[in-house]
Amino acid sequence: MTYRVLVRVMPRVGLLDPQGQAIESALHVLGFAEASGVHMGKSITLDVQAKSRDEAEARVRTMCDKLLANPVTEDYLIEVEEA
Amino acid sequence: MGFRAAVVRFPGSNCDQDVLTAAKRAGAEAYFVWHRDTDLQHADAVLLPGGFSYGDYLRSGAIARFSPIMQEVKRHADRGAPVLGICNGFQILCEAGLLPGALMRNARLSFASRPVTVRIERTATAFTSAYRQGQLVTMPVAHGDGRFTADEETMKRIQGEDLVIGRYVGQDGAPARGGENPNGSIDDIAGLCSPSGAIVGLMPHPDRAADPALGNTSGLGFFSSMLQVVAGR
Repeated sequence: MTYRVLVRVMPRVGLLDPQGQAIESALHVLGFAEASGVHMGKSITLDVQAKSRDEAEARVRTMCDKLLANPVTEDYLIEVEEA
Repeated sequence: MGFRAAVVRFPGSNCDQDVLTAAKRAGAEAYFVWHRDTDLQHADAVLLPGGFSYGDYLRSGAIARFSPIMQEVKRHADRGAPVLGICNGFQILCEAGLLPGALMRNARLSFASRPVTVRIERTATAFTSAYRQGQLVTMPVAHGDGRFTADEETMKRIQGEDLVIGRYVGQDGAPARGGENPNGSIDDIAGLCSPSGAIVGLMPHPDRAADPALGNTSGLGFFSSMLQVVAGR
């Protein structure tokens, strides 16, 4: 089976996120006073060959731990769907 | 045979020539190795220069650590042999797990490019033995991702094992205020070492402060230190 996987990598909560802060203040300048808690990360999409959804997720989790996210500064979320 | 220093070139390295020149000025037989090479050519020390290896894709230093030569650099480091990472080289060492922690986007988002004052905190390393404890050294920084970060447990280990080799301070040596810490790094950390002191990484550029023509040779000690290691063996 081929699975389409979306990985969302975000700065760890509690660590200073200057990019998120800069975006938030720009939104405020534009008049969006209601916006808060802005954070910026990155999203990575990939196709994975696996026997099951669980296997696909487990493999991508290993990819995240080894490369896609920095274990010191980032957290990640994985979404798997059948391609 | 003299002291052999391998300067690793990655696609996107841009301080490779500066590092080579500084190492030669210090008296080393310095030469380039390419990221695809698998032989360090009997290097006594490995120098990872600054730049933007692999375009800083994914994260600064994240891709470089998988290049063929880095497997050799790890073996070299595992033997306890000296490795110096400057700027992007420091980022690569952290990504490779050879030094603890990580380097994040500068606190004020600006690319910091100016001279900074660093207080040498540890001289028992392969690259700082030419300095005095507490000596103030002026060197340029030039980076966007230099904010050293580590979790509380790692910070305790860094402090307990005396791994900080230099901190950003004011020109008078007082604790850094305002922009004197150019990136907002935790504990004003400018550079770190491994517990043995063989592996050293720092964000400031001693290679850009090692030539009389530039009016500042205070960084040359990082390169002359490595030669003392062998002399002392």
